[in-house]
Amino acid sequence: MSDTPRSFQEIILRLQNYWAAKGCAVLQPYDMEVGAGTFHPATTLRSLGATPWAAAYVQPSRRPTDGRYGENPNRLQHYYQYQVLIKPSPPDLQALYLGSLEAIGIDMAMHDIRFVEDDWESPTLGAWGLGWEVWCDGMEVSQFTYFQQVGGHDCKPVSGELTYGLERLAMYVLGVDHVMDMPFNDPDAPIALTYGDVFRQTEAEYSRFNFDAANTEVLLKHFEEAEQECEDILTHPYDDPKTGKRIIMAHPAYDQCIKASHIFNLLDARGVISVTERQAYIGRVRALAKKCADAFVQTEAGGAQA
Amino acid sequence: MPDLLIELFSEEIPARMQKRAGEDLKKRVTDGLVEAGLTYASAAAFTTPRRLVLTVDGLTEESPNTVEERKGPKVGAPEKAVEGFLRSTGLSMDQLQVRDDKKGQVYFAVIEKTGRPAAEIIAEVLEATIRNFPWPKSMRWGAGNLRWVRPLHSILCILTREDGAEVVPLSVDGIEASNTTEGHRFMGAGRFTVSSFDDYVARLKSDKVVIDPQERADHIWADATNMAFAQGLEVVEDKGLLAEVSGLVEWPVVLMGEIGEDFLGLPPEVLQTSMKEHQKFFSVRDPKTGKIVKFVTVANVETPDNGATILAGNQKVLAARLSDAKFFWENDLRVATSGIEVWTDKLSNVTFHNKLGSQKERIERIAALSRKLAPVVGADADLAAQAARVAKADLSSEMIYEFPELQGLMGRYYAEAAGLPAEVAAACEEHYSPLGPSDDVPTADVSVAVALADKLDILTGFWAIDEKPTGSKDPFALRRAALGVIRLILTNDLRLSLDYFFDAQLLRHEIEVTDAEEAELLNEMLTEVSQHGVLGSALRTIIEKLDGDGPAWVAKLTDHAPDVSADLLGFFHDRLKVYLRDEGMRHDVIDACLAMPGSDDLTLLVKRARALNAFVATDDGVNLLQGFKRANNILTQAEEADGVEYRFGADVKFAEDATEKALFAALDAQQSAISSAIEAEDFAAAMQGMAALRAPIDAFFEAVQVNTDNQVVRRNRLNLLHLIRETCLQVADLTRVEG
Repeated sequence: MSDTPRSFQEIILRLQNYWAAKGCAVLQPYDMEVGAGTFHPATTLRSLGATPWAAAYVQPSRRPTDGRYGENPNRLQHYYQYQVLIKPSPPDLQALYLGSLEAIGIDMAMHDIRFVEDDWESPTLGAWGLGWEVWCDGMEVSQFTYFQQVGGHDCKPVSGELTYGLERLAMYVLGVDHVMDMPFNDPDAPIALTYGDVFRQTEAEYSRFNFDAANTEVLLKHFEEAEQECEDILTHPYDDPKTGKRIIMAHPAYDQCIKASHIFNLLDARGVISVTERQAYIGRVRALAKKCADAFVQTEAGGAQA
Repeated sequence: MPDLLIELFSEEIPARMQKRAGEDLKKRVTDGLVEAGLTYASAAAFTTPRRLVLTVDGLTEESPNTVEERKGPKVGAPEKAVEGFLRSTGLSMDQLQVRDDKKGQVYFAVIEKTGRPAAEIIAEVLEATIRNFPWPKSMRWGAGNLRWVRPLHSILCILTREDGAEVVPLSVDGIEASNTTEGHRFMGAGRFTVSSFDDYVARLKSDKVVIDPQERADHIWADATNMAFAQGLEVVEDKGLLAEVSGLVEWPVVLMGEIGEDFLGLPPEVLQTSMKEHQKFFSVRDPKTGKIVKFVTVANVETPDNGATILAGNQKVLAARLSDAKFFWENDLRVATSGIEVWTDKLSNVTFHNKLGSQKERIERIAALSRKLAPVVGADADLAAQAARVAKADLSSEMIYEFPELQGLMGRYYAEAAGLPAEVAAACEEHYSPLGPSDDVPTADVSVAVALADKLDILTGFWAIDEKPTGSKDPFALRRAALGVIRLILTNDLRLSLDYFFDAQLLRHEIEVTDAEEAELLNEMLTEVSQHGVLGSALRTIIEKLDGDGPAWVAKLTDHAPDVSADLLGFFHDRLKVYLRDEGMRHDVIDACLAMPGSDDLTLLVKRARALNAFVATDDGVNLLQGFKRANNILTQAEEADGVEYRFGADVKFAEDATEKALFAALDAQQSAISSAIEAEDFAAAMQGMAALRAPIDAFFEAVQVNTDNQVVRRNRLNLLHLIRETCLQVADLTRVEG
């Protein structure tokens, strides 16, 4: 039996402690705008190649089209995901995952936990895997995936990926109906803050920006530039003439891929991408992701023999 | 005789795959055992979200000793042939026998196989089954290479005899078979040993697992209906959902919950769809009002609070979902009542197909065609066009964005809210029908017009851009659309020339009209089409008028449009053949009727075919065919021999024999009756008349030699036979009918 956490941040802290205790490197969020925790190179790139890996982190994520000016009880254009990636996937990953739910106060004896088929696919990353969405009393609380392919490469060994939608999970655990009412820090703290105190205003600002103000011409230009930059970075020879070392710039190139992907999401929110163009844009981002993956598997971290 | 028990224990298997997986396990293992020489009394498979179970009773202890003789190549045959034979038999040269055969000396292989114990065979068969299991989608996990639907954790494989159970030694990628398993994930008491199938079932039950999906489904249904009944309510039956939910739990615990006052005003279909799709809830209805008032959910666990926490959680999730639905519903109603055309306008931004324009453009084409079809189906043309314009408006609504499967139905609600005529609202819902072969066919005239136009538009569209269904590929369900048109026409007894509507609609696809001058040309062409009914002649008129310098699309049309519509009619005929064959109609009868003119009038075609099909099964039918064929054969032979067609001038004055005169008289007597019956489309009466000709025909052939030396008499007789042929062919091309 675990006692119930009292705030959003306590849930995050408990997850951090739990996965740290289970041997994961607790990383920090990636310092770029991404649509989901999967985009963090600690997941996308590190799921490639044979080198073992175990990481857990919070990733702020942005989905411009989900903005509701801070008024919707559940929908946000900026939210947090908690992400765990372990390679190779351990045989007891389901049990480890259930342990993490216990750690944040979900008592298995009182709740109905179910693994419901939900195969994951990211067309922009050229990635897919099989797994489930995990239900707690009928609510989806996590995505559980065994990666089969990333950036067009077979995952060998296979990584197990866990993604928790933190706001939704926390609202459930804390019994809150509107995300903005959720205690962010300890409700008894001298300066008690709710999620709304922290994010209500920014949600409104970004919703307006995403839907109406973002300069689409500039964005379109940025997209092209990021795409070009990504490709240019990868055309450099693997051997660095200055240091004489083999330095493949997979991560800097991948940053540009992330950038292109986020710009595409913004353009989508602005409604300037037609249905047919949409597929073409997704295809362009996927092509970048593939090239970055191709480069990464040539590196030491990607499992290439020196 | 031992019994075999196998359990493959894995992480959660998708519910939709379980049934098939159980069947595959049973088939593959039992086939493998039998192929290896074992026999068994009975076998049964069971599935849960985490296990595939197979029990095989009365298995033989070992496979029998066998001797197989195989004949090989001749002695002295090329070395390659002998080598191949050795490889296939697994023998060496000195083990082959040489025997005398009719053609000389031949190598023989005598392969003796000693029987093997059941366990050895089971191990091989099970391993092969696991490695080659036909999952619709499988995966790898960890660092291994084995593929399964989700990670496979353990294999239980035992042979049970009276004196106890034996583990069948087997190892697949490091997973060793054992005699242990575990119960429910949360309510079980860890791993335990199993000694037989009965023991397995009993132990699992005490550890809260029911292995039989049917038993779980029965339990769920019984509990759900009892709970509802106790409150004077009833559960909305949904077999698919029941099967799915049974596949999501090992220990079903049925709970009934409240929907919440706020949401009871939503359309029942919205409640039902939202609860089913998102939450896998059953809907519970008040039989007195027909309203959905509660839900039933199935948990996988018993809790100390009897599910109170679980139910509260589920209700909360449902409330969040339904608040969304309610929000959509209220927003949509606001749009619908203030001007539903906003939605249709929005569809100009939605691509239907990159070669066929936007949804809006498609709607405009459907509206134009609905207007043309209206008089044919007896609908008001303005109403039909209006209905076509709003029928797909709901595609822009928020509710359909969330629940695409409610398209049409929501359209009806919104059209009603907008105060549109009842016929228009009904068409919104009904114009997608019929979908499946057993789906109801709309009969309200406006709905029929729009339903036909919708389907004819999609068919002509994909024919115009040459993206027809091939083999199993039919991504736009064009076969279904054609069958829909066929059923709409036949059910409503509609008389229309499909060719004409194909042509008219093909033109609307081919032409993207932007400037006013071209738009005028298009209108002119459509008017011509409606007058002549034939694209070719309409086109010629236009081309003459243009005198060689029209827009490029005119030339494009001359190239292929007429063929396209003939090809599309062929597609319809193929679908119709399938449809009629399912009805039990003879294929030769269908072909005989298809060969008649006006085969694009499907109602006439089918009327003709049904009459002929019934008639050929009667004695008179046999008479008709015999008489016709006898006359036709002799005439055809003579025509072939003489190289001419005998068509004109049969005259009774050249008749010599009494039977000949009698035949003339009989023809004379029947002809007008036959013609007027055909005119009235009373094909049965027409055929009755033709059948009456058999006796005079027979008598005629009996008494008379057609090919007589007197050329005048001969020609007259052949011309008489032509009269018979011509008369009989009015009903169908009888040369195609067998028998």
